[in-house]
Amino acid sequence: MDALNALILLLNYIFVPALAYGSQLAIGAIFVTLIYGILRFANFATGDMMSFGTMVAILFTWYFQSIGLSLGFLPTALLAIPFAILFMGLYMLIIDKFVFKYYRLNKSPPVQLAMVSIGVMFVTQAVVRIIIGPSDRRFFDGEKFLIRANEFKEMTGLNEGLAIKSTQVITIVVTIILVSTLFWFLNKTKTGKSMRAYSDNEDLALLSGIDPKKIVMITWMIAAILATIGGVLYGLDKSFKPFTYFNNMLPIFAAAIVGGIGNPFGAFLGGYVIAFSEILLTYAYKKFFMYVLPQSMEPDGLIQLLSTDYKFAVSFSILVIVLLYRPSGIFKGKIL
Amino acid sequence: MRKNLNVIAAYSIMMGLIILVGIFQSWNIALSIFNLCLISAVMTMGANIQWGYAGLINFGIMGFTALGGLAAVLISVNPVQEAWSAGGINILLSLFLIIGIVLAVRFVLKRYQKSKIRNYIIAAIIIGGIIIIRLVSEPGIEAIEEVNPARTGFLGGLGLPIIFSWIVGAFFAGGLAFVIGKVALGLRADYLAIATLLISEIVIAIIKHEDWLTRGVKNVIGLKRPAPYEVNLQEIEWFINLVEKFNSGKLALISDITERQTALNQFVIEGSSVFVKLCYSGLFLVVVIILLILTQKALYSPWGRMMRAIRDNEEAANAMGKNVVKQHLLIFVLGSAIVGIAGAMLVTQDGLFTPGSYRPLRYTFLIWVMVIVGGSGNNFGAILGGFVVWFLWIEAAPIGLYLVNLTTAGLEDTHFLKVHLIESVPYFRFLMMGIGLLLIMRYRPKGILPEKIEIK
Repeated sequence: MDALNALILLLNYIFVPALAYGSQLAIGAIFVTLIYGILRFANFATGDMMSFGTMVAILFTWYFQSIGLSLGFLPTALLAIPFAILFMGLYMLIIDKFVFKYYRLNKSPPVQLAMVSIGVMFVTQAVVRIIIGPSDRRFFDGEKFLIRANEFKEMTGLNEGLAIKSTQVITIVVTIILVSTLFWFLNKTKTGKSMRAYSDNEDLALLSGIDPKKIVMITWMIAAILATIGGVLYGLDKSFKPFTYFNNMLPIFAAAIVGGIGNPFGAFLGGYVIAFSEILLTYAYKKFFMYVLPQSMEPDGLIQLLSTDYKFAVSFSILVIVLLYRPSGIFKGKIL
Repeated sequence: MRKNLNVIAAYSIMMGLIILVGIFQSWNIALSIFNLCLISAVMTMGANIQWGYAGLINFGIMGFTALGGLAAVLISVNPVQEAWSAGGINILLSLFLIIGIVLAVRFVLKRYQKSKIRNYIIAAIIIGGIIIIRLVSEPGIEAIEEVNPARTGFLGGLGLPIIFSWIVGAFFAGGLAFVIGKVALGLRADYLAIATLLISEIVIAIIKHEDWLTRGVKNVIGLKRPAPYEVNLQEIEWFINLVEKFNSGKLALISDITERQTALNQFVIEGSSVFVKLCYSGLFLVVVIILLILTQKALYSPWGRMMRAIRDNEEAANAMGKNVVKQHLLIFVLGSAIVGIAGAMLVTQDGLFTPGSYRPLRYTFLIWVMVIVGGSGNNFGAILGGFVVWFLWIEAAPIGLYLVNLTTAGLEDTHFLKVHLIESVPYFRFLMMGIGLLLIMRYRPKGILPEKIEIK
């Protein structure tokens, strides 16, 4: 019984939250990696692009709520996602046309493109803050929990409850659907294959008649889908605040590089590596050991490897270690 | 003279703008803008050395700034005796343990061949060491943080004049840069950018949460000053006379004696804060000028030529027998040390250390905008960038407000769009920075004052 309690404890505080957080990071990391693989620059506007997409989704959610449209127990924001993606795609194409295209055609070094993306970051941040303001916003509606801790305790008769938020389930389900569609697209369709070819060797791809304009456009469209969905999922699960989204760029970068930048599958796994190590290393295991060990060996301290304040620092340290020993990432990078 | 005309013109326009602020808003605001411009100029010089001279991307400026600020605290605050006796021994012991771990790792690295076992041994040493350090330091840290937590709760500093911290800040930042450089300089440009950005976040996390060292988010306030205090100034005879002399014209207009006295008091209060700011300006100006002379000398020395050669063609420079790795490390350390000076100057000016205020947007990306806008590779350009961008950063809100009022003049004052826009005026600065950066990158990629190298 104690072992079961300990297991539920870990599930409740580590596994489920890490899985949800990891999925959110994974989507962002695939976004970073796609831009890096095909457009060949580190996009420092990642977090702000995600917040732009989320902002549009929130505006649509508010509109739907005001006309009384809802999805029942599901959050209304899911209905707003397709519309937000349209706006996001438009925004990205505009940015590309007025900003990135010039440098791409001039074959500027990646560093210059990264600098330009900082300019885009500033502008996007300003636009988001001017339109929706810098404050914290919750836009979740519908059923909050799938299983409540109390219900679970009554159902099973255990001491530990397992609470599963509906947003966590939505996040995981949407991520599975989105990522498997993306991999199917990249590996099985002709367009996806040409994207991979373009990422692998630009000149050869051009020689074999692949249209670079089309590739770039599709990349931005996929990026828009990823950015919007990733942002909305994060916002549903936690809350929407432009500053947090900007900060999220850092673990997302860490995930992308740990997985091997330019490699979507690596980025996908990298998200979970980062999320799990953050939560595993900062969780206080005291209660867990109380269940597992006999009473005489009960620990005094919290048995916490690192204080929760260092949550971000954990992921960055992992990144630094990976960069030192395997600069190409755990899964070899630069192949889409 | 003629070839320097654009430099002189650009600087006179900049000074003119600041003087205009002085005339139309107040001299207090103008001087505080000017002081922060000077500090920004020091930061941009640091970043410019790394990016402009050597082509190294350092997105960790925030971390080095914060370390400089930490130096200001550790140098100037008086030591907290109680805290030292409560937990000082544990902290010192942990410090020795850290040194021991580093030496042990070095020993293993030197002694044994590269192998899997060696990696495991190193990992074991580090993990074991961290556990021992945790066990040793924990009671000490708890004891220190319990000493009068509302006022101290940390070890304090050395109690020296704060001006020394400018040098110590440079050493702190340089030391961190040495470690980062050893680790990360081999990376490709964009990886280096991301790695330094993340490392600087780790530095901030440590400064924020190690309360025994920095008081963390509880902030350290009331740091010593290298300049006199306003309150003291207001009571000194010669200062009051000086203010009276300056404002004699205005005072003469007031006939009533009591009224004249209150007016004089008002002038003295204003004058004292202007005077203090002028003291800071003088100190900062000295630093900027010294650094400018040194960096100019370096730029035109054989060493500067070598750095540019390495920047423009690393492989060729390497083939000519230049030690690229060593030079990169050197310049990374130098540039970061300059940023560390700026960090200490910033805390000195504010008189308080707030770890929570270090954010990458303000302390990393804004500095980069300054370098790029001003002109990378050109010290005068970098300094000008610091001035222009900081000026716009501060004055963006008034300009934005003016623009909003102009464009929405046709709307009523209570119209929701107008109200909303006026509320969001502070964010126009981001828009301005972004658009400014994009325009400069597109149409003048070398900045306002581009790099110009003459062969002498």
